[in-house]
Amino acid sequence: MSGNVYVYIFLMAAVTYAVRVLPLTLIRRQIESRFLRSFLYYVPYVTLAVMTFPAILGDLNAPLMQLLPGLAALAVGVALAWAGAGLFPVAAACCAAVFLAEWLRTGTLL
Amino acid sequence: MTTTQPLPSRPRRFLRGMRDGVPIGLGYLAVSFSLGIAAGGIGLSAVQGFLASLLNNASAGEYAGFALMAAGAGYLELALVILVTNARYLLMSCALSQKFSPETPFFHRFLVGFDVTDELFGLAIAQPGYLDPVYLYGAFAVAMPGWSVGTAVGILAGDVLPGRVVTALSVAIFGMFLAIIIPPAKENRVVGVLVPLSFAASLAFTVLPLFSGLSAGTRTLLLTVVISGLAAACFPVKEDAEGGAA
Repeated sequence: MSGNVYVYIFLMAAVTYAVRVLPLTLIRRQIESRFLRSFLYYVPYVTLAVMTFPAILGDLNAPLMQLLPGLAALAVGVALAWAGAGLFPVAAACCAAVFLAEWLRTGTLL
Repeated sequence: MTTTQPLPSRPRRFLRGMRDGVPIGLGYLAVSFSLGIAAGGIGLSAVQGFLASLLNNASAGEYAGFALMAAGAGYLELALVILVTNARYLLMSCALSQKFSPETPFFHRFLVGFDVTDELFGLAIAQPGYLDPVYLYGAFAVAMPGWSVGTAVGILAGDVLPGRVVTALSVAIFGMFLAIIIPPAKENRVVGVLVPLSFAASLAFTVLPLFSGLSAGTRTLLLTVVISGLAAACFPVKEDAEGGAA
């Protein structure tokens, strides 16, 4: 490491905060453009979908069997969310699905 | 209907935020634990890792930052990479700026801006009507310790938890994402198409040789702008339909 660790950390924090706070403070009025409003309406769903899949499967270079726990979590999560379950139940069920699938796949608990 | 009712008291809203922040905090604990292992690997102390996570609240951005620190990168290069890996927060903050009530005092924008993460943004947009900063601070109060303490513990303890438990906990975040995007996909036909389309595009960009070299942050940014832009051009939202999330 050549630079000062604390300078690195504070520089990272400053850039990250600027990225977050500038739109919040500079855009103070309702946006009129229908295109922009529609764009911003769709952004969260697309972003979260892109980040969820295929990341939920883990390392895609792993053998197919190792992708099954992630697929189980995806199936369980989509089904429960579709049925109207809240954030915490869906998240917990996804964790349980991975844990159970790993157990079934390997035959050992931990 | 609900807009004519007075808001619940501040402590009640704060507590509700804390409750909804629990899955986020737990997920953060697991994810930042592995972030801590990476940070420990390049020689950061637990205090430094705690500080980095408390001030940055960004998984991909911090990973990238730690890797650059280890490589002895210059300050300008570090700033540029952080800008790109965190650029999606720019879009999220733009979207959040539209959810602020004109009556909400301005300083709340500086405080809310401190912790616009993927998960807390998801929580914020999932609330009907205007954004309630007090509710969000409740979620911050659970999520931020989860993230920063998890990083420090990861550095200190290395892999003290069984790997299987860490693996299972790490999908909590994705479960939350699904709980946020699936209900609107069920209600709104366009979102219902966009979600599987985004899944497919993301998979393609992850495995196709031409795109697989892109970092996860850049991939997310690129696909978000292109897919949301096309959707907005082809299917502009009717004014009465967007009140819930825009």
